[in-house]
Amino acid sequence: MLTVLLILIPLITGLITFGLKGPGAKVFSLLSSLATLAIAAVAWTQYQSAPDSLQFTADWIPQLNSQFKVGLDGLSLMLVLLTTISFPLIFITVFSRSYENAGSFYGLMLLSQAGLLGVFLAYDALLFYFFWELALIPVYFLCSMWGGERAVPVTFKFFVYTFAGSLLMLVGIIYIYFQTPGSFSWQAFTSLSLSNGEQSWLFWLFFVAFAIKMPVFPFHTWQPDTYEQSPTPVTMVLSGIMVKMGLFGVMRWLVPVLPQGVYMWQEAAIVLSVIGIIYASCIAIMQSDLKKLIAYSSIAHIGLMSAAIFANNEQSLAGVQVQMFNHGINIIGLWIIVEVIEQRLKIKNMAELGGIATYAPKLAILLVIVSLANIALPLTNGFVGEFLMFSGLFQYNPWFAAIAGLAIILAAVYMLRMLQKVLFGEANALTATTTDLRAGEMLAMACITAVIFVLGVYPKPLLDLASGFGLQEAVTAVIR
Amino acid sequence: MPVQYYIFLSIALFCIGIMGVLMRRNAIIIFMCIELMLNAVNLLLVAFSKMWVDAGRIDAASAQLFVFFVMVVAAAEVSVGLAIIVMMYRNTHSVDINILSRLKN
Amino acid sequence: MIHLVWLVPFLPLLGFLINGLGRNFLPKSLTGVIGSGTVLAAFVISLLIFFEVRQPGFAPQVVSLFDFISAGSLHIPFAFQVDQLSALFLLIITGVGSLIHIYSTSYMHEESSESFARYFAYLNLFVFSMLILVLGANYVMMFIGWEGVGLCSYLLIGFWFKNINYNKAANKAFIMNRIGDLGFLLGIFLLIQQFGSVTFIEVFDKVPALGEGSGVLFAIAMLLFIGAMGKSAQIPLYTWLPDAMAGPTPVSALIHAATMVTAGIYMVARSNVIYSLAPHIQAIVAIVGLVTALLAASIALKQNDIKKVLAYSTVSQLGYMFLALGVGAYTAAVFHVMTHAFFKALLFLGSGSVIHAMGGEQDIRKMGGLKKWMPITNITFLIGCLAIAGIPGLSGFFSKDEILAHAWGYNKVMYALALIGALMTAFYMFRLYYITFTGKFRGTHEQEHHLHESPAAITLPLIVLAVLSVIGGYVGLPEVFGAPHLLAEYLSPIFAPSAPYLHVHHLSHGLEWGLMGLSTGLVIVMILFARSKFINYTDGGAENTGIAKVLENKWYVDELYDAIIVKPLMVLSRFFQDVVEKAGIDGLVNGVGTGVKWGGRQIRLLQNGQVGFYIFAMVIGMIVLFVISLFL
Repeated sequence: MLTVLLILIPLITGLITFGLKGPGAKVFSLLSSLATLAIAAVAWTQYQSAPDSLQFTADWIPQLNSQFKVGLDGLSLMLVLLTTISFPLIFITVFSRSYENAGSFYGLMLLSQAGLLGVFLAYDALLFYFFWELALIPVYFLCSMWGGERAVPVTFKFFVYTFAGSLLMLVGIIYIYFQTPGSFSWQAFTSLSLSNGEQSWLFWLFFVAFAIKMPVFPFHTWQPDTYEQSPTPVTMVLSGIMVKMGLFGVMRWLVPVLPQGVYMWQEAAIVLSVIGIIYASCIAIMQSDLKKLIAYSSIAHIGLMSAAIFANNEQSLAGVQVQMFNHGINIIGLWIIVEVIEQRLKIKNMAELGGIATYAPKLAILLVIVSLANIALPLTNGFVGEFLMFSGLFQYNPWFAAIAGLAIILAAVYMLRMLQKVLFGEANALTATTTDLRAGEMLAMACITAVIFVLGVYPKPLLDLASGFGLQEAVTAVIR
Repeated sequence: MPVQYYIFLSIALFCIGIMGVLMRRNAIIIFMCIELMLNAVNLLLVAFSKMWVDAGRIDAASAQLFVFFVMVVAAAEVSVGLAIIVMMYRNTHSVDINILSRLKN
Repeated sequence: MIHLVWLVPFLPLLGFLINGLGRNFLPKSLTGVIGSGTVLAAFVISLLIFFEVRQPGFAPQVVSLFDFISAGSLHIPFAFQVDQLSALFLLIITGVGSLIHIYSTSYMHEESSESFARYFAYLNLFVFSMLILVLGANYVMMFIGWEGVGLCSYLLIGFWFKNINYNKAANKAFIMNRIGDLGFLLGIFLLIQQFGSVTFIEVFDKVPALGEGSGVLFAIAMLLFIGAMGKSAQIPLYTWLPDAMAGPTPVSALIHAATMVTAGIYMVARSNVIYSLAPHIQAIVAIVGLVTALLAASIALKQNDIKKVLAYSTVSQLGYMFLALGVGAYTAAVFHVMTHAFFKALLFLGSGSVIHAMGGEQDIRKMGGLKKWMPITNITFLIGCLAIAGIPGLSGFFSKDEILAHAWGYNKVMYALALIGALMTAFYMFRLYYITFTGKFRGTHEQEHHLHESPAAITLPLIVLAVLSVIGGYVGLPEVFGAPHLLAEYLSPIFAPSAPYLHVHHLSHGLEWGLMGLSTGLVIVMILFARSKFINYTDGGAENTGIAKVLENKWYVDELYDAIIVKPLMVLSRFFQDVVEKAGIDGLVNGVGTGVKWGGRQIRLLQNGQVGFYIFAMVIGMIVLFVISLFL
């Protein structure tokens, strides 16, 4: 029942929020997201004591024999925690801002949260697809209505691109459905034994869908523009959580359902990912736009995660899960700072920034901390995941790890360059007016910093969750 | 009479109808040609119905009922179509269908 | 006492937290006390630990705090290992560290209280990281400290963040270190793959099973050495260290001379079993060390910035340490780390005292005759110079001589080159000394007016370090003196496992006396030569030409790197961004969009509004369907 509540609370409160106005909407949505967080926390404790109690099944579309089947395991719990932690943080960060049509804005945000949670919880393929789209559609409206001046064409591209991918996945789901004895359930899908030929082409249907969402090179071009044009809270959702949908999809559906397909194509997928890592890191060096820099850095990080999933061994899978959580937290931290800078100064071109450290020391320190977490400095949360992922990739193929490892250097290059251009040096007339973080922003950043260090020094809680995910199943599935 | 005679007649009527629809620009004549085609089909229905009834399949008589359906539908269609043509004539003083391509822009 | 070892890094961490969080309201005096006090307390604990470890028959103890990373069969505990090597490094780090902290309370006093506290917070964080580095019981712990000191180095080089050039130097240091770190990381991964563990004790137990000359060991040794190259500023990753002199001078003394840069030596010494079993990599280590020593020494001959001279001198001395490691003289390397920590910290702090008196001036051509105003600094600096030059009786002599003797045993050409390096060292150090402290003052009158001896907080550490520079060598007397080599005995448990694989050439006593005499004699000649040349130095202002110009411009290595690495990377990135991304991939994606649009426009032409055409199309369509259903 708890799992259903996780979806229902944001869904219902989201619909209610549409009717609210101004401050009421933001208070209400903040409370709603906190309630969801509380439920997630309860679910976590229950997961440790009685993990089986978190499954729930009800009829949904009986004609198709599709069920409302949700459940929690380590992997989904990790992402549920990420989602439920992120939303309050996002709402707190933008608490001092007022959006036009606040009711619709916050309502759509909550709806997308419901969609995201549904994606992570669903154990029925059709339900999964339903939530997959439910998460996307509110984001489309959020971006196009509250975004920057080029928002409409950019968002259109984003929507069509990801939607095209989703349709490929739908085709795949329907095809597999017809192979089963008439069921969309995860168990039915995974217990199928499809022929190698089928698995081979089905792999690409699913992989492209997930790869667009992640995004993996060369399906990434929607992303930098979308991040740049979206309102920052939406960018946080997109980059912090929504990209994890693709990774999650691979882990939950692609690998268990099509093990042979994965086995056949894993090398290709890793090569694409590794190319993407280096490619995105190089482009990130050239960016002068703060938001685009972070966007490309995110592509590089996601590429590593994708490569690690397909490397498919104990270390890499544990690393991916840990990193999914930590990357979400870190990048939201980065966006918060960027949002502050953009709000205060109305520019995000790094060439015009500089010297902020003198006038906004707290902002500077926190930006340094999240940047360092982003380049995976040890004792920050970014290190554990990256270490395990690289190690896993190395066990798969040392050369891939060595090439992907160049990203460690390049990440330092572009992040430090960013710090230098934004924070250090002499301030100009504009940046000298920077005011430091306000209470809400400070609160959100304090939470993020705490997470960064606590999980950086003591990552055991996350690693325990990661080991809860059916690692063995996935691994043996591929070996089978 | 062998059923082939009806078939040939029906084909002839139908082709005349098609050619008329394709070649004439006058909306009323096109309409009449459509009626011609419908009636060609009606003729076939009746002819085949008769053939099967003669052969002892009594239920084939129901095909003749279809003819009435077709006639009713055709009548309804004509009434709507003629109304459109009248409106068109009022607006353009012509029943030339090519004039309607002005709608394109 | 051993179980309290976690206190040693924890205390500086506490200092970091207090100073870091309280930087806006703690007064300077309190900040200084907290900053220095925590490190001093850590030193006291280290001393107690050291005495315990010194007991004969002490076996390494691992203090495990909690499980850091565990995934599947891989377990990496957050654990400290106390043994002879780590205890010695603890002493060096906390000892020299606390002296430098005390020095800093005076040196940095002109900063605002906020940035004063920030400085001490960074410095404490550095000590913490460095202690983690040497205390770690596995390679991942070492890596944590490894990156941590890199971070602190970055923060402290760019301490005066308003100056964008300092920041660029900081970035350069961090990025170059990261290049090495990648090698280190890959080495760790290979260890995991081979042994399923990164814990020192387990790894070193399993290593000999692979056998001498195994390819995997070569790879591990080489990858780890790449890490060491970055951190310890060896060719080709040394250019960051001279630039790192942008940081405050005490930082240069602590991080870029005494402790952090010796992390690479620590790592190789720690992994001595691996290296002893990979003789080819050892040869590479020796060659890289030697070439670095010579190259850096040659550059130091022509530098005019007091700190740059010392920086290149540091690079060069680090090269000697790697030479020692390469020829299998692990004890000598650690010995030189120790003595070098004393005299190089002394020299840097002395230069800081000079810079302080000169009001920030670092160009030695504008100094001169300072011994008149700064007697203590003068004497201590002179002791430092004598020690580094290798005058018998001072610490540098013993450690360097040990390295040279081992080099002779390994390869005579290496010995000859190393000796040339040592002579260059003597020459440039005394060039520096004479230009700075003797002759006439060449600065402005205002500067001359302000010249003064530094306060006690600065001179006291100088005196302590000077004393250590003199007596520090007596823990490792050469065999020929007949006295016991205390350090070698103390460290023998650490290096014992690699002893069977080393091919040590014992020199005869006569030969060793001879070599010692030769180097001493030549060094004295070089000092006298430098004296005659520079004692009454006047700045001619003449442009350098030929080889001197090349040396002054540091062999144009920075320019070379710029041309072969930085520029191509930029070109590649630009190519990716403008061609592949915009025209290629995004062009393709948008091409699909425009293609659909174009197709739509073309097909739209079918809707020409001619009813006749529609009917025609319909009929054709019907016929086609008819034909299909008939024939297919």
